[in-house]
Amino acid sequence: MPNATTTYATTDATTYNDKVVRQFTAATVIWGVVGMAVGLLIAAQLAWPWLNFDQPWLTYSRLRPLHTNAVIFAFGGCGLFATAYYIVQRTCQVRLFGDRLAAFTFWGWQAVIVLVAITFPLGIQQNKEYAEPEWFIDILIAAVWIVFGVVFFGTLAKRRVKHIYVANWFYAAFIIAVALLHIVNNLAIPVSLTKSYIVYSGAVDAMVQWWYGHNAVGFFLTAGFLGMMYYFVPKQADRPVYSYRLSVVHFWALIAIYMWAGPHHLHYTALPDWVQSLGMVFSLILLAPSWGGMLNGILTLSGAWHKLRTDPVLKFMIVALSFYGMSTFEGPMMSIKTVNSLSHYTDWTIGHVHAGALGWVGFITIGSLYCLIPRLRGRRDMHSMRAVETHFWLATIGIVLYIAAMWMAGVMQGLMWRATNPDGTLTYTFVESLRETYPFYIVRVAGGALYLGGMLLMAWNTWKTWQVEREPEPVLIPTAVAA
Amino acid sequence: MTTFWSAFVIVIVVVNIAGSLWLLFGNARATPGETTGHTWDEDLTEYNKPLPRWWMGMFVLSVVFSIGYLVLYPGFGSFAGSLGWSSAKQHDTDVADANAKLDTLFAQFRGRPVAELAHDPKALAIGRNVFANHCAACHGSGGRGAPGFPNLTDDDWLYGGDADTVVKTIADGRAGTMPPWEAMLGDRGVRDVAQYVRQLAGLSHNDVVALAGRERFAVCAACHGADGKGNRALGAPNLTDDVWLYGSDFASLDATIRTGRHGVMPAWQPILGEDRVRLVAAWVLSLSNPAPAAAPEKAAP
Repeated sequence: MPNATTTYATTDATTYNDKVVRQFTAATVIWGVVGMAVGLLIAAQLAWPWLNFDQPWLTYSRLRPLHTNAVIFAFGGCGLFATAYYIVQRTCQVRLFGDRLAAFTFWGWQAVIVLVAITFPLGIQQNKEYAEPEWFIDILIAAVWIVFGVVFFGTLAKRRVKHIYVANWFYAAFIIAVALLHIVNNLAIPVSLTKSYIVYSGAVDAMVQWWYGHNAVGFFLTAGFLGMMYYFVPKQADRPVYSYRLSVVHFWALIAIYMWAGPHHLHYTALPDWVQSLGMVFSLILLAPSWGGMLNGILTLSGAWHKLRTDPVLKFMIVALSFYGMSTFEGPMMSIKTVNSLSHYTDWTIGHVHAGALGWVGFITIGSLYCLIPRLRGRRDMHSMRAVETHFWLATIGIVLYIAAMWMAGVMQGLMWRATNPDGTLTYTFVESLRETYPFYIVRVAGGALYLGGMLLMAWNTWKTWQVEREPEPVLIPTAVAA
Repeated sequence: MTTFWSAFVIVIVVVNIAGSLWLLFGNARATPGETTGHTWDEDLTEYNKPLPRWWMGMFVLSVVFSIGYLVLYPGFGSFAGSLGWSSAKQHDTDVADANAKLDTLFAQFRGRPVAELAHDPKALAIGRNVFANHCAACHGSGGRGAPGFPNLTDDDWLYGGDADTVVKTIADGRAGTMPPWEAMLGDRGVRDVAQYVRQLAGLSHNDVVALAGRERFAVCAACHGADGKGNRALGAPNLTDDVWLYGSDFASLDATIRTGRHGVMPAWQPILGEDRVRLVAAWVLSLSNPAPAAAPEKAAP
């Protein structure tokens, strides 16, 4: 870059806003370590209950929601903010709309995370799964999210490229749907600063909660990360996206059908039969749209398969897509009522969730960050590609141990709970099934420790990559607009 | 469901399923190898390859299955499904089937006294299972009880340990109420009586204080008797033995007298039915009266 143009070139209008991207990227790595460490602690508490040291704020009941919120909204959320802001600028060829608004989303989101980390151990939360934060945190989340929408859609509106890239469709759907889900599910009447009552009751409350819960999976943990996939997989593989028409079909089918799937969390409950049936059939129809995304990602690699041998970043991405395909097959299967009657309330569900969370969400985020971090620091690669390779194997073995243990534990629990004697009594007490689960809990701790170990390696590698002799210059927006 | 909501559900189900198929077949036309001609961020491009045929087949298959399911089962608005299935009906049928089977199993024990069943290995095996499912949560899997929940393996009974009384206790439940006495006795009176109760039980106590307590014991005697030996008609415990439901140390006795106690045994007849109540009563009797030939250890009906 010739010096003469630098003064002119670095004015805001001609450079990308990568400051907020860097902030969110660093936060993703930090919260990843924190959230997974809490997960490891509570997994260990299930195997060795004395690990709560008889402190109320260290008990499983208070730390479990802290773990889920930290990995989903802190690790996953920051990763989505970082990549959405990076991708929407690059694919629209304009600077992010509203620098100050973007800064507000960063500091606002960090404030949400810190408030959650303080209130949950104190036992202040509203007992809605994945929506535990109390009303005053919910209001801040809504504010940050609406500003996120303004920044993202503001940037799309002033884009210099005519066509909107597919990754941005997914980010757009993710932002709109999460705002809708969050606000509707959290409508509550506060009675004090730390306590509120949700406006719904009974089966309606349960249905609203799982309409939210399953769409948090569909739009937060799926659509958002598909946006990440649609940018970083073709970039890293240096191949065109496999099929535009496939992305059109699976995008619209996915966002339409996901909205129906919530009732499969409430099979064999007070929810009316017709709602349970619809939840089940639409969960089955959801299989093909989900696999559409997996296929489009995996087939993008055709012609670049040899790169998998040498590029550990691409390995993260292909394994992420494989786990995405696997858990979106498992999900519809588990939504079939007869299968659900065995799997429901067992650790099988925990295994399924972690196949999606560790395998899909974790791996696509880690892969994308390994692609993004060097670029944000003006470098070609991460400080140590061997560390990336080691991270890949640690994490892969960790996931396999984790989900295999939970599958076996879950099926065993389901069979033990439903076993009856000829006189109509239950063959096993609950405690007997718990005792049989202990070995699997210990295997899970081992799997979680490997996954966290990989994440610590990533934190070290990120720290090393961050150290550059000279702060990178702001990246110039190319003036030539592509077709 | 009102007609409006039924129609609403039907319309959005049809729009979603038909819309998915329209989307699928509307984009099925093959244009192999071409790119869309767009480029983003210098090198991002897109092919426009056809949809994989097997994937389309899978999509259509899931839709066909779902339509079939909605014909057979409830889901399509207020249409109940051609099978007439409902989860409530399935539950009732399953329970009726199970009860019919159990009825034959339990028939052999009817008309035989519970005291006799307490020595019948087949009856005891079932009674033991029922106990493990329904009673063990409070009384412990071995029936040895816990603070507030009576030990069933000793020979001390609040309401009586004969077969008829045990059956009645299980079938109809019991409510054992010790009123709070602090308002009547005062702080000092409570402590005096607690010392006297320890004296009655033959435990270490302060003689002078116990003497004061003895004078106040008259209100307690109404239920526990002047001699403190209790009253089974009221479920009032014997205070002179070494069996203590809530503890015999001074602090526990003080709390029992001061704030009262309320022990509840639920009524099990509505849940278990008469047959199982009698079988579990037989098992309970066998805990404190093992058969001379040794009680069965293994459950093997």
